Amino acid sequence: MIEHSVDVAVIGGGPAGLAAAVSARENGAKDALILDRNSWLGGILPQCIHDGFGVEETGISMTGPEYANMYTNAVKKQAIDVWNETMVLEFNKKLEITAVNKKGLHKIKTKSIILAMGCREKTRWNVLIPGDRPSGIFTAGVAQAFINLYNILPGKNVVILGSGDVGLIMARRLKLEGANVLGVVEILPYASGLPRNVVQCLDDYDIPMFLNHTITCIKGRGRLESVTIAQVGKNMNILPETKQEIKCDTLLLSLGLIPENELSKGAGIELDNITGGPVVDQDYMTSISGVFACGNCLQVYDTVDALAVGAKHAGKYAVTWKSKNDGLKVKSGKDVRYVVPQKITKKGTTRFTLRVEKPMQNVTFYVKSGGDEIFKKKLRWVNPANMVEINVDISDKMINSKKDLEVSIDG
Amino acid sequence: MVEKEITCIVCPIGCKIFVRMDGTNIKKIDGYKCKRGIGYARSEVLDPRRVLTSSVLVSNGEWPLVSVKTSKPIPKNKIFDVLKIIRNTKVKAPVKIGQVIIKNVAETKIDIIATKSVK
Repeated sequence: MIEHSVDVAVIGGGPAGLAAAVSARENGAKDALILDRNSWLGGILPQCIHDGFGVEETGISMTGPEYANMYTNAVKKQAIDVWNETMVLEFNKKLEITAVNKKGLHKIKTKSIILAMGCREKTRWNVLIPGDRPSGIFTAGVAQAFINLYNILPGKNVVILGSGDVGLIMARRLKLEGANVLGVVEILPYASGLPRNVVQCLDDYDIPMFLNHTITCIKGRGRLESVTIAQVGKNMNILPETKQEIKCDTLLLSLGLIPENELSKGAGIELDNITGGPVVDQDYMTSISGVFACGNCLQVYDTVDALAVGAKHAGKYAVTWKSKNDGLKVKSGKDVRYVVPQKITKKGTTRFTLRVEKPMQNVTFYVKSGGDEIFKKKLRWVNPANMVEINVDISDKMINSKKDLEVSIDG
Repeated sequence: MVEKEITCIVCPIGCKIFVRMDGTNIKKIDGYKCKRGIGYARSEVLDPRRVLTSSVLVSNGEWPLVSVKTSKPIPKNKIFDVLKIIRNTKVKAPVKIGQVIIKNVAETKIDIIATKSVK
């Protein structure tokens, strides 16, 4: 085993890993190392050729490759070491990483580790769609890589299941590449992607969206031949009289993303059942002191801009961490699906990121410490697709009271 | 007087903006949360435009394609004309990010530029 040592090691060279590594160096890390299994930096960004990246962060709308380029330049400027085509096998509580690449097996001793492994797409088997098992069924991100990186059109007559942003963006992309996009099927009564993507990806090209609908059957021998869609009732029960068969050769799945945390589990890091990511404190430190988490392996973000804010935060605190005390728990109350961070161990202004359970209008967010209201904010509308951010001042008194915090909505 | 409802696409918030019009005269714009919304709403009712992104074939490169975009938003009704030109274009590696791939595409006075480098 080849031995190395580094101040800060970042697992994953996607947008979160790049932002975290740059921030760690800007905040005084002596040296930093990015480990990534791909042959390039930027993770998913090179295949996201559409624009809209960086608007909140820089005021300029960039494409994915341009956004990646901005950060790879910063990585070079900060003299951050990059190992591509390197697979991290495990890490442990002593902050040692085991990784493998063409040069051999490596042990890397670190002062802190930042997790930025990202997420992966849900597949047909996560939602169990009945029917045949023909070819022609892809996750939206795989189809995106085929078209935008490898110049392969996955099919000609396409149905998309799920209205997440990648699904909406692929509907437009396929249309622009000459495919016939027959519709986007969404089981919920509203789109799960951002409003701007419904407008510029579906409405601009008259692509229909079937809300309150799902796919009940897949047919095809060899290649996909058709899917059957049906409306769902109030309890998500299928209404058989609404069934219709749509002839198609390709089905794209945009069903949501799963944070990738096999490495975290292996090290014994505590995970949040709702976010699928590590439980973290206000510095984004996980249940193992010195291990931080950011990006889509912490929580699935809706924009790279908000993701970069969190990643820079993790990078900053990874440089100066101290062993943690117990602190307060942050709980999700009425109509709040989850809150990150899940723990508070010190005073100061703390940025909470959270998602609501359902679309609502004119709501008031409350943060309570043992029943006492410590924060209140009104919002005109909220939507599960848009992450909500609130900044709450945490005092020593709250920490010392040992009373858990609760974030809730009373709309 | 007609009122048009527009969903702003400038940022992820997606404000619902209402534009009241008398023929082609804009009488009132409201519902926006920032100034960029006013500009978008005005353009959307009078001259709707989009930034178009696509990719161009590359020969002898490390990748078969280079991602490209229009240097400015192009009129919506020119999108498929521009795509046709893009489809018939091939460039030789290396390509540098920001490089002009097609000048004045479809007489729009707007260029197609590379959004990544391909060695």
